[in-house]
Amino acid sequence: MGKNIILEAKSISKSFLNPVKVDVLKEVSFSLSRGEYASIIGKSGSGKSTLLYILSTMDTDFTGELLIDGIRVRGKSEKELASLRNEKIGFVFQFHYLLNEFTALKNVMLPGFKLDKLSEEELEHNAYGFLKDLGIEKLAHKMAYQLSGGEKQRVAIARAMINDPLIIMCDEPTGNLDSKNADIVFNIFKELTEAYNKTLLVVTHDMDFAHKTSRIIELGDGRLLKE
Amino acid sequence: MKVKHITEISGALMRARWKQTLVAAVGVTFSIAFFISLLGFMEGLNQLLDGIVLNRTPHVRLYNDILPSKVQPIELSEDFKDHYNFIQSVKPTNTRKEIYNAPQIIDKLSNDGRVLGVAPKVTAQVFYNLGNIDLNGIINGINPEKEAAYFSFNDYILGGNSLDLNNVSNSIILGQGAANTMRAKVGDIVTVTSTEGEQFSLKVIGFFQSGISEIDKVQSFASLSTTQKILGENNNYISDIQVKLKDLNQAPAIAREYEHFFKIDAEDIQTANAQFETGSGVRSIISYAVGVTLLIVSGFGIYNILNMLIYEKMDTIAILKATGFAGIDVKKIFISISLSIGIVGGFVGVLFGFLLSITIDAIPFDSPTMPAVTTYPIDYGIQYYSIAAIFALVTTFLAGWFPAKKASKVDPVIIIRGK
Repeated sequence: MGKNIILEAKSISKSFLNPVKVDVLKEVSFSLSRGEYASIIGKSGSGKSTLLYILSTMDTDFTGELLIDGIRVRGKSEKELASLRNEKIGFVFQFHYLLNEFTALKNVMLPGFKLDKLSEEELEHNAYGFLKDLGIEKLAHKMAYQLSGGEKQRVAIARAMINDPLIIMCDEPTGNLDSKNADIVFNIFKELTEAYNKTLLVVTHDMDFAHKTSRIIELGDGRLLKE
Repeated sequence: MKVKHITEISGALMRARWKQTLVAAVGVTFSIAFFISLLGFMEGLNQLLDGIVLNRTPHVRLYNDILPSKVQPIELSEDFKDHYNFIQSVKPTNTRKEIYNAPQIIDKLSNDGRVLGVAPKVTAQVFYNLGNIDLNGIINGINPEKEAAYFSFNDYILGGNSLDLNNVSNSIILGQGAANTMRAKVGDIVTVTSTEGEQFSLKVIGFFQSGISEIDKVQSFASLSTTQKILGENNNYISDIQVKLKDLNQAPAIAREYEHFFKIDAEDIQTANAQFETGSGVRSIISYAVGVTLLIVSGFGIYNILNMLIYEKMDTIAILKATGFAGIDVKKIFISISLSIGIVGGFVGVLFGFLLSITIDAIPFDSPTMPAVTTYPIDYGIQYYSIAAIFALVTTFLAGWFPAKKASKVDPVIIIRGK
């Protein structure tokens, strides 16, 4: 497995000017290695979601350094960041955010279309494989809006996996799920780290969930409190 | 990113809002169809109206004008070379209307590469005798074959054949207006009096209707020899030489050249009919303006619908961007939506425009002044179809460009956090 570092945050700070200067993040530094299963916890307003959006490269308005797979994020164009996200980062959101215009299978395949490394047949085969691993292969050809919450979340996880990313980031992945579905999602994530050697970074306020992960990063008032 | 996948996503977005998409496409179809049929109709009408005069008008006309001499004797005098001369009340001399050496000029013109055809003409002032009333008239002595070939003479002949002018001696094609006044029928004999006072009996073999009643009341046609006889001239007497050019736009230059070369008066079609050029130009501009307005309005329709689509699909855009789609990809998706509306709407529009043109073309249009025209005139020029198609693509592209730019700037963090 080795100790190769996938994500490295060096003294990341962010502040809003609205209308007075509010520091949301102050000098946050940490790093994640391959295969780690980490969770970020903290109270509401502690800046954990903001941190996740910065780490995911979608929010570029911050100070400090961020390296993903050894690549400096600062100074990259919007297009370069998009392809970095596409290739190396998978996403799972609290709200499932599937595209209702497509079937579950197409939703999973979409990031693959953008990456454009595999043919459509291979992509479909892979997508089907992930859905099967997640136990929802029967729903592959259903439209996204016909699925239940737990099913949607699993489709979203399959979508996060399609481009074989280094790291999967989740924003409150179980926030909208009952405990049974939350357990299913947790176990899927655990398996991803163990079987696929993915790095997982989960933002959550579900303490039960967090305590089951192998590493907890706690934020308070924009500072890293403890690990 | 493959084009196929861009179109797959835009196709799915359009299907999700197929009613608005359809409305936008119908808007384009409508405007293109009307653009094409409006311009075709307008241009057809222009050509018809211009044709009434322009087809009948020679591109260059050679004649002897009744004008005071351009060079007065005193100007030739050596003694007064350095003086200014003021001559008042200059009158034209007794100029002969006959063109000198007409056969030679006609021969020379026929061999000019720029000339399509030459037709000689003799005009004679006459009175149509109607009981004890005399009506003013002009008999044009023509060569019916050449008139028909170069000046579409036959389109204006009713109830007879223009070639009979040569076959039947002392025959006349009466202007419709004059014929109505005289109650003349084909086969009747009418009497005319020349300005010299001689009377002639002419057989009516047909009627002429130009569509301009002032002309139809006065003008009649006879063969060259009949007219020469009425004038009491020999058969070399020619008062006009009408020239039809291959390129109408060269007329002014060629007219000047002939004027100089043959020492004769020459008038070009542009000078003779300047008002028609202006009239049809203005009509074209107006119809283009209306047509372009239609297209721009449909462009705004697409703009609105795409803007709405973007507001509705903010989540979709955010998720596409979060999963690694760049702004340019999102832009391509929305531009491909608007372009496909433009292409489909434009194609159907061109088709409908053609059908509409055919329909207008089939509507009966019985104008008593235009015997050759039985239905509304339509011009099927390819230029209207291509302008419409290009304009449809450009407007829909622009109508898509601005909303697409907006969509590409959507910040996914704001949308995702906003939930």
